[in-house]
Amino acid sequence: MRQRMITQRVGFAILALAALVVVGPIMLIVGTIVVRGMNAISWEFLTAMPRDGMKAGGILPAIVGTIILTLGTALAAIPVGVGGAIYLAEYARDTFLTRAIRLAMINLAGIPSVVYGLFGLGLFVLFLHFGTSILAGSLTLAIMTLPIIISTSEEALRAVPTEFRTVSASLGGTRWQGIRHVVLPQAFPGIITGIILGLLRAAGETAPILFTVSAFFLPRLPQSPFDQTMALPYHLYVISTQVPGMPLDIQYGVALVLLVLILSMNLAATVIRSYFRRKRQW
Amino acid sequence: MVMQQLIRPEAPSPQADRVRPKIRIENVSYWYGTKISLRNVSLDIPANAITTFFGPASGGKTTLLRLINRLNDLVDGTRMTGRIWLDDQDIYAPDTHVPTLRRRVGMVFALPLPLPGSIRDNVVYGPRLAGVRDATQLDEILYRSLNQAALWDEVKDRLDDPASALSGGQQQRLCIARSLALEPEVLLLDEPTSGLDPISTGKVEESLFALKQNYTIVIVPHSIQQAARVSDYAAFFLMGELIEFQPATKMFTAPLDRRAEDYITGRFG
Repeated sequence: MRQRMITQRVGFAILALAALVVVGPIMLIVGTIVVRGMNAISWEFLTAMPRDGMKAGGILPAIVGTIILTLGTALAAIPVGVGGAIYLAEYARDTFLTRAIRLAMINLAGIPSVVYGLFGLGLFVLFLHFGTSILAGSLTLAIMTLPIIISTSEEALRAVPTEFRTVSASLGGTRWQGIRHVVLPQAFPGIITGIILGLLRAAGETAPILFTVSAFFLPRLPQSPFDQTMALPYHLYVISTQVPGMPLDIQYGVALVLLVLILSMNLAATVIRSYFRRKRQW
Repeated sequence: MVMQQLIRPEAPSPQADRVRPKIRIENVSYWYGTKISLRNVSLDIPANAITTFFGPASGGKTTLLRLINRLNDLVDGTRMTGRIWLDDQDIYAPDTHVPTLRRRVGMVFALPLPLPGSIRDNVVYGPRLAGVRDATQLDEILYRSLNQAALWDEVKDRLDDPASALSGGQQQRLCIARSLALEPEVLLLDEPTSGLDPISTGKVEESLFALKQNYTIVIVPHSIQQAARVSDYAAFFLMGELIEFQPATKMFTAPLDRRAEDYITGRFG
């Protein structure tokens, strides 16, 4: 009996340690960035153009660039992703074609992001002559995001019990009416979560925008989809590795801004999800 | 996928009485994959009466019920031969508009499943999809349907509450009301009281009695007692075959077929 109690204690301790190993680094990373980055944060830092070879001034173009790129990605990826998920979950039968699509998606999800960057460079920048532009960058990020959006949305749609579709059909609803009025509203929280997870990844990526959109230094805001823009992840990479003598405070400051941007999107996802979960009634 | 037999068969259906049939089922066989579920079933279902399909499990009762409003179209890998007529319409004809058919032939399932939303949303779901927009008209439909399903008095003060807050018995009557909202000609009920307590069951059965003046009702009952209580006509199914079809008074007092008798008297089940 006593023996078993001790075994249990030890077991719990090991499990707790495993949990701490996960939490520890995150706390350390976030903590360091917050503490050291705070010094750099000021109104000017957030709203001014960079000056003195990016060693002073603000990072407004990078912030705006990241927001625009994320919105562009959303614009391209959401309709295609959710539409594709609806097709796969609700309409497609198990055929060679749908199996090929699923296989392609699994593979897409596993491709390293730098490969997406090169693909975007080849297809959008060079072949389609979009140039190094927000359009090319957004589309590249969208392609990278699609597998995440499609697979999470499809899962969310499949989680809605079949009986709801049957009930809708039995009341004279067409297949689309059932999806539109019964299935989609219930799958909505899951779909939103998938979309935001995908966009989070897009917002934080460096490699795909490296060749397709990012400007090393561009002290003005983009005017059209065919402009280049600065973006936070790439800017962070640049000032940490490419510019000698860059003040550490600024590096931490940029990291903090990127972190806050992404965490607040994450928070928004959680809030939306739990709001709709509470509204759902089954 | 549905395959149709193009030649109209001559074989007469086992007749109940000489009543105008609302639904004529002609030589229907049905397969899920390679597994046969119905074997050459022919049956005339009389109008304005309650017909029950009863018998032991996996006899094909639910399948036949779901064929009458083509709900089994949603199931992949199935095959059907034979024909089903609603009045003079061959419902499996290629030009049948299936949503319209399902508005004429309503269905209530074993487990009450309110759609997300309020009591009101549930009842007017079908009419809304059918294109009814006028608020007063929807209110009239709401009142009439809930009344017919004997639910109005219990919910009239909370029509905008979530439907999921109702009790099981109320939910099932809500599902009946939801089907009635479309003013169907036929109401199919698949073990509508299987999850309900005796009092709720009584209420549902009472509302069915009231409804048969205006509707043709087909029920898969959840017990032999219920079959005996509610039927005007009763059809006994065994292993996908229609064994016997009789007015209920004959079926439950003097069945012709030995197997039907054994089942009714409880020798197997």
